[in-house]
Amino acid sequence: MTTLVAPTLDTPLVIADRELRSRLLVGTGKYASNEVMVRAIEASGAEVVTVAVRRVDLDRTKEEGILHHLDPSRYLLLANTAGCYTAEEAVRYARLARAAGFNEWVKLEVIGDRETLLPDTAGLLEATRTLTAEGFRVLAYTNDDLVTALRLEDAGAVAVMPLASPIGSGLGLLNPFSIRTIKHRLSVPIIVDAGVGTASDACVTMEQGVDGILMNTALAAAQDPVRMATAMRFAVEAGRLAYLAGRMPRREVAVPSSPTAGMLA
Amino acid sequence: MSSNAIPSNVITPLVNGEARAVPAGSTVGDLLRSLALDPRMVVVEHNRTILRDRSAYDTITLSPADTIEIVHFVGGG
Repeated sequence: MTTLVAPTLDTPLVIADRELRSRLLVGTGKYASNEVMVRAIEASGAEVVTVAVRRVDLDRTKEEGILHHLDPSRYLLLANTAGCYTAEEAVRYARLARAAGFNEWVKLEVIGDRETLLPDTAGLLEATRTLTAEGFRVLAYTNDDLVTALRLEDAGAVAVMPLASPIGSGLGLLNPFSIRTIKHRLSVPIIVDAGVGTASDACVTMEQGVDGILMNTALAAAQDPVRMATAMRFAVEAGRLAYLAGRMPRREVAVPSSPTAGMLA
Repeated sequence: MSSNAIPSNVITPLVNGEARAVPAGSTVGDLLRSLALDPRMVVVEHNRTILRDRSAYDTITLSPADTIEIVHFVGGG
C-alpha cells in the first residue's frame, strides 16, 4: 500500500505528528458486502479508515462488527460520531470509541439538520473543546465556512474537514474558492470530507491545495467499488501533483505550440 | 452462572434499550458471556459510565434498574 508518487515529488500527509501513507481516507459504510469493502479499501491505498459506533444487535440478525473484517494493526481506525445532533451526544460516542482501546482519534460530527446533514457549528466547537481537553485528537467535519474552520483550529482540532458538498450527495466540489480560502488561512491539515462523487471531483478538489480527501459513498455506491477506489487513488495523487506542479496560466486566446517560423513558402 | 440452572430470582436490567432477563447476582461479565459476546470486540457502558477496564467486568454486579449499553464498531463514513 505504498503511495504511487515518488517521495521526491511530495511530502507525506502528517496529522497530529502521525505520518500517513495516503492522502485518501475512506469510510466503511454502505458497502454491498464486507468482502467488497475490504477489497475496495485495499485498492484505495488508504491508511485511515472511518468506522461508526453503534449498539450491538443482541439478536444477531444483522452484520457482525467491522473488526471481524478490518485489521486494526493495518489501518488507523478513525471512529466517527455520525448521527449525533448535540455536543453532549458526540462526546459520549467519542468516549465509547476511545474505550475500544485503539487510539485517541475521532472524526467529530455534530449534525444540525436532518435533511442536509450540515453541521451544528456551535455544538461542533463545544465538542471539539471538550474532547481536545480530554486528550482526543479531533478531526472536525464542518461546512466550508472559513470562520468556523478558524474557530475549530483555535479549539484544538488537529485537522479540519470541510465538505465539498453534502454527505452522500456526490455533487462534487461546489465552492472551490471557500476551500482554497480555508486552506490558505489554517495551519492544521485540511481534509475535504463528503460530497466527492467521482474521480474528477477528487482530482479537482486536490488541485485546490488541500491536504487530503475523506470519502465513503463515492466508493460504496459505485457500481464497481474496487475500480472506483483505484480511480480515486490515482485521482487524489494526480490532483495533488498537479497542485504542486503549478498549472499554466489560463489564456483566452490560442498560442501555438509549434514554431511559427520555418514554414514552407 | 450455569446455563441449565433455572434461576430462582431473575432481574431485568435494560440492555441496549430492551429489558433483558438475567439471573439476580449476574455480573457484566456474565451478561456478555450469556450473549456470546467477545469482550475485546465491544465497549460497555453501565448506567452512563463507560467501563474502560475490561478486567473489572466480573466484579460489577447488575441491579434490576441498571441501564447497560453494549456497542461496537460498524461500517460508517
